[in-house]
Amino acid sequence: MFKAKVIIKRRKSILDPQGKAAEQGAKLLGFLNIDQVRINKEVEFFVNLSSKEEALKEVTEFSGKLLANPIMEDFEIQLEETDES
Amino acid sequence: MNPKFGVVVFPGSNCDHDAYYALKHELGYEVEFLWHKEPSLKGCNVIILPGGFSYGDYIRCGAVAKLSPIMAEVIKFANEGGIVIGICNGFQILCESGLLPGVLIKNKSLKFICEDVHLLVTGKSEVFANDASGSVVKIPIAHGEGNYFIEPDKIEELEKNGQILFRYCTPTGEISPESNPNGSINNIAGLTNRAGNVLGMMPHPERACSKTIGNDSGKFVFSSIANFIKSKEVEHVF
Repeated sequence: MFKAKVIIKRRKSILDPQGKAAEQGAKLLGFLNIDQVRINKEVEFFVNLSSKEEALKEVTEFSGKLLANPIMEDFEIQLEETDES
Repeated sequence: MNPKFGVVVFPGSNCDHDAYYALKHELGYEVEFLWHKEPSLKGCNVIILPGGFSYGDYIRCGAVAKLSPIMAEVIKFANEGGIVIGICNGFQILCESGLLPGVLIKNKSLKFICEDVHLLVTGKSEVFANDASGSVVKIPIAHGEGNYFIEPDKIEELEKNGQILFRYCTPTGEISPESNPNGSINNIAGLTNRAGNVLGMMPHPERACSKTIGNDSGKFVFSSIANFIKSKEVEHVF
C-alpha cells in the first residue's frame, strides 16, 4: 500500500486571486518582505496497490482527470510505501 | 421541427426552475427536467446546463458534474451537432468537460457579484443570437468564479474564429476594463465552440425573460434557438 500526496499548483502565468489577497493581508500586518504569495492545494490518500509503478500510473491518471485542471494547473506526486491505513 | 428543451438537474443546481419557468411560462416552449443520473436526453433537442453549485462545486466548479451519467450523453449529443447551452455553473461544466475551451477562475475582486451587467453581442451566431449581432443587452450575473481564462495563443484562435459571442461592456456598448466585472480575458462573458452549436455564458438570460419582474432582454437567446430549430427539418442540425 502507498500513501500518496498530490500537490496542485496553479501555473505562474495565471492570476491567483487568493494568493494576492493573502499578500495584501501580509502587507497590512506589516510583513513587508512577503512577496508573490501563491496558494496551492495538497491532497492526501492511500492507494491499495503493491507495485509503485502501477500506483504512480493510477495516481497520475486520477490527478489529471479530477484533482487538477490541466489547462491551469500542474501537479506533483509523492508516493510513500506504508502499512498504515 | 419544434424545439424541446431539456434542463439538466444536478445536485446543487439552483437555476433549473428559473430556466424551466422562463421557457415554459414566459416563452411557451416544451421543456422538461433531466435528472443527472438518467443516461437519456428523452428526445430533447436543446440541452440546458443551468446555474448553481453542482456537487457543492468542491474540487473545482463543474469538476464532479462532468462525471455525471447524463454528461456522457450530453457530450455525445454536442459532438453530433446538438444544441447545448451552459449558463453560469453550466458554463463551468462545459469547460471542465472539454466541450468548450478555457477555464473559469475566481473573480479578480474575490467577491461574489450579483448585479445587472451590459453585454455587447460581438459574435454572429445563427443559433444563439440571430439578428442580435451588434446590440447591447442588460442581463444579470451572479457568480464568484466567472473570470474566464485561456492561454494567450488560444485566445487569438477564439477571436479569429469569431467564437466570442458576448462581452461585458458599458451601457453604450464600449468594451473597457471598467465594464469588466470579474477580470475575464478580453471581457469575455460568453463564447461558442468552433462548430457554433455549444454556448457557455456567465450571465443569466433565463432571469431576464419577464417584463413583470422588470427585464425580458434575455429572451432573445432562447427564441433564437427555437427559431433556428423550427427552420430545420433534421434532428441534429449541424
